[in-house]
Amino acid sequence: MTGADVPFLPRGVRTHFDAVRKVDVLLGPERVLVLDQVGTAVLGRLDGVASLDQISADLSAVYNAPVDVIAPDVIAFVEDLRDKGMVHVHPH
Amino acid sequence: MSIRIDPPMAMLAELTHRCPLACPYCSNPTELLAKETELSTDAWADIFQQAAKLGVLQLHLSGGEPASRRDLVELVAAAREAGLYTNLITSGIGLNERRLRALDEAGLDHVQLSLQGVTAAMADRIGGYKGGFDRKMHVAEIIADIGFPLTLNAVMHRENLDDLPATIDMALRLGARRIEIACVQFQGWALVNRAVLQPSREQVDAAKKTVARAIETLKGRLVIDFVPPDYYSDFPKACMNGWGSTGLNITPNGTVLPCHAAETIPHLQFENVAKRELSDIWYDGAAFNAYRGTDWLPELCQGCDRRDIDFGGCRCQAMAVLGDASAPDPVCRKSPGRAALDALLNEEVQAVDAPEFVFRR
Repeated sequence: MTGADVPFLPRGVRTHFDAVRKVDVLLGPERVLVLDQVGTAVLGRLDGVASLDQISADLSAVYNAPVDVIAPDVIAFVEDLRDKGMVHVHPH
Repeated sequence: MSIRIDPPMAMLAELTHRCPLACPYCSNPTELLAKETELSTDAWADIFQQAAKLGVLQLHLSGGEPASRRDLVELVAAAREAGLYTNLITSGIGLNERRLRALDEAGLDHVQLSLQGVTAAMADRIGGYKGGFDRKMHVAEIIADIGFPLTLNAVMHRENLDDLPATIDMALRLGARRIEIACVQFQGWALVNRAVLQPSREQVDAAKKTVARAIETLKGRLVIDFVPPDYYSDFPKACMNGWGSTGLNITPNGTVLPCHAAETIPHLQFENVAKRELSDIWYDGAAFNAYRGTDWLPELCQGCDRRDIDFGGCRCQAMAVLGDASAPDPVCRKSPGRAALDALLNEEVQAVDAPEFVFRR
């Protein structure tokens, strides 16, 4: 994936606050992923409009961290979810 | 030493044992529960609420054929109201456009459609239901039209394992996001037909290559999960991810089981949600604590570096093959039980004429 890709959560994949374990999770077909703070922040920005570059820039501003440090992590995180079928990408 | 007990993540709700199909590999017990013993809609709705409070996130509505329940739409609505991610495991028989649209409105998250074969001849023979394949294909079209995320659950065995490439193609053609290539596990009725269903080593080797190639070429398009035929494995599966660790199962009459085959272990006593809170059964039930954790494991497993990987494997398989539910899973190469499993495998796979299926009627 590249920074220009526009990812989104497809139907059947949603974030959920697990009130028993007190964590955010991502629910999809046969899969539950426990999210950390960064994961929640990234997925909360997957609106099907913003590109990965825009999401990284936004996170960089909010968390006051260099974008060239953040961007590779964001892409790797989203790409892994895409390989698991939990994220889809709009065709260019 | 005390065991830390985590809340369960997943629950399999066997809504009914009724099913229009007669698959020779049915995983349900050899003795089925009658319709009269099935839980009511309200009883299930209460279980879903209890399960969500206990920590269950994923609910699998299964059977038998869950579409045989006339209140399926209400049950899905009740599950979503409880906050559960709701998956319907179905053959498609009993569903039509009207019902699927109602399930959509009720909030159904995901459909898992079983596949008995890639041709009508094969599928209808295995399912023992003429016209079933055509109806299933029609249902698959409606599922795609509505936009439900779809998993194709292809049950594979000696008779159809060679069709694996065509099976993967079918998943793509139907617009599935995921395929579960599930080689038959020998529990329940499937044990009756083990000799006919067990694939050959050559078939298994070819299937593994096909799967490895497909995972690579279809990355990002189709998620592929492969459940190998475990008699050919060197080490056992981590059955249920550890007994009483992650999931539980409710039978059509409300009996709570640590796994869906657990009733084959004769000395265990199971409790019913009508008599006790689900949470108490999970944390305190004798059947759940019988094989929980690893303290109960025999000496051989205690010193093994795989102890915390497979937890000694499958209790029901140890019971079925060795008659001892607390023995290491006989799949394990290090276990004394492996000789018995190998003997079975040799005898059954090398039989010149495979016996006929015993269909489930």
